[in-house]
Amino acid sequence: MNTLLELKGVTVSFDGFLALNDLNLKLTSGELRAVIGPNGAGKTTFLDVITGKVQPSKGEVLFRGKSLIGKPEHHIVRLGIGRKFQTPRVIENLSCRRNLELAVAKGSSPLKLLFSNLPNKQRDRVQQLLLQVGLASHDQQLAGGLSHGQKQWLEIAMLVAQDPDLLLVDEPVAGLSDEETAHTAALLKDLSGSHTVLVIEHDMDFIRDLQAPVTVLHEGHVLCEGSMEEVQADSRVIDVYLGREDVNP
Amino acid sequence: MNSPFVSARATPLFRYLPWLILLIVAIVLPVILPPFRLNLLGRFLSLGIVALGIDLIWGYTGLLSLGQGIFFALGGYALGMYLQLQSLAPGELPEFFGLYGVKSMPAFWQPFSSGLFTFFAIWVIPAFVAGILGFLVFRNRIRGVYFSILTQAALLVFYNFFNGQQKLINGTNGLKTDTARFLGELVGSDAMQRGLYFLTVFILFFAWLLCRWLIKGRFGDALIALRDDEQRMRFTGYNPAVYKTVVFTIAGALAGISGALYTVQSGIVSPQFMAAPFSIEMVIWVAVGGRGTLVGAILGAVFINFAKSLISEQLPETWLFIQGGLFLLVVTALPDGLVGWWRNGGFRNLLVPVSEQEQ
Repeated sequence: MNTLLELKGVTVSFDGFLALNDLNLKLTSGELRAVIGPNGAGKTTFLDVITGKVQPSKGEVLFRGKSLIGKPEHHIVRLGIGRKFQTPRVIENLSCRRNLELAVAKGSSPLKLLFSNLPNKQRDRVQQLLLQVGLASHDQQLAGGLSHGQKQWLEIAMLVAQDPDLLLVDEPVAGLSDEETAHTAALLKDLSGSHTVLVIEHDMDFIRDLQAPVTVLHEGHVLCEGSMEEVQADSRVIDVYLGREDVNP
Repeated sequence: MNSPFVSARATPLFRYLPWLILLIVAIVLPVILPPFRLNLLGRFLSLGIVALGIDLIWGYTGLLSLGQGIFFALGGYALGMYLQLQSLAPGELPEFFGLYGVKSMPAFWQPFSSGLFTFFAIWVIPAFVAGILGFLVFRNRIRGVYFSILTQAALLVFYNFFNGQQKLINGTNGLKTDTARFLGELVGSDAMQRGLYFLTVFILFFAWLLCRWLIKGRFGDALIALRDDEQRMRFTGYNPAVYKTVVFTIAGALAGISGALYTVQSGIVSPQFMAAPFSIEMVIWVAVGGRGTLVGAILGAVFINFAKSLISEQLPETWLFIQGGLFLLVVTALPDGLVGWWRNGGFRNLLVPVSEQEQ
């Protein structure tokens, strides 16, 4: 398997505070990977660095062997990296369908949006995604009026509509019911293989559901990697993270 | 759109309201209004065009510009210069140059003797200036209140520059257009003013069609998306700077056209077009009429300016208080403006607790 994404010695400093500290990580194509870590471990900063929102002070981020450093966010997206934010972010004043129509036409120029209609292929894709995330009957509803879970799924659908090679998914099941969580896990597992998926999540049951290799972040670097069982048995992980959960659930 | 108040939108009256208004404005009012009032209405309708532009950039895209006066005045000056040159015998200079001892016409005046050049200059120059300004600002990701302050600062720069340039464009005094001749007719004459009224209605209608076309499709969706969540758009592969620059440029062109029509109907273009309060008033028109509703922008401009002129005739001191009060009313009670409030159910909404109104 070839490497899709590689972070080499990435360090991010916010006024001397090291949000990421010599972080190294590799993702192979088609992989599904979970990233966990206590609050402040640098999980979101880690996504910020990949997507160009934050520039590292040291280190290298390679996507298909090419550096992403210094590229603006929308260029990185067009290279094939999609991102779902921690809190669901959808366009509240557009209908579900129109949200997806913008996503499926990712990065089009103003002229294209003005002078050409949505291609049939993309229209079908939107319809298929609406069905897949159970929003087909709400397609004309403004996204602002959706429930929290529906917004999460709409955003995931928007991400998939962009058809990225790498999906970065930040806390997709925060605030979802158990049933919705299971459904999301199935959706992400379904996507891996044809896509590379990286999930950041706090919900241990969800991660277990994913049956994916886990990377544990702590204080800005990788603490350990392995299967959920291995990671849970690791004494360092118990110290910094899992142990704490009992104290502060 | 699953609120119980959609019925107001669906009634035939509402659907054909814009056309009904157009019919009245274009055919009925010219018959019943005396020339003075008709001329006033023509001016206010031309202000509706700049308001449409503000609605595009603010109502739809979330860019609150307090500097549209720049582009408005540039359009006015372009036409003003052309008219100055029109009424001259060959080799003659516009009169004011003599006052400041200018013997030969500044080079940038030359092209304005051409009608064709001026026709384009009226909207291309403001659009160009808006495009450059917009590109620099948006590329550097200047947003929100910082953008507003920057546009206001740019306005002051232009205002001071035009005020100080007696030798170039007659400084504070501005350029008069009433006494100029166009197509052999005095611009200030009743017949010409009447013609300009119809021209204004015509252009306003096309400006409205243009804006509607812009916001109706996927481009309009992208603007709304930029307003609601710019970051989401960025991470969907769109470059916000490009979209914002495009829409700001269009608003600049609309402002220029508006300024030109306003100039010939009020008889003068002066740096007062770039005074800070005027540009802020433009925003108030749109806020009161209803941002995010194109008809609202036009109605706001016409309604507030008519109120201003009628009230100022009777009680000149009170207008600013009334305008301030209107703005407060809109900000506190009618965030979607009068048209938005009407579309959301109007008076019926008064009976529903606020907590139940949201979606």
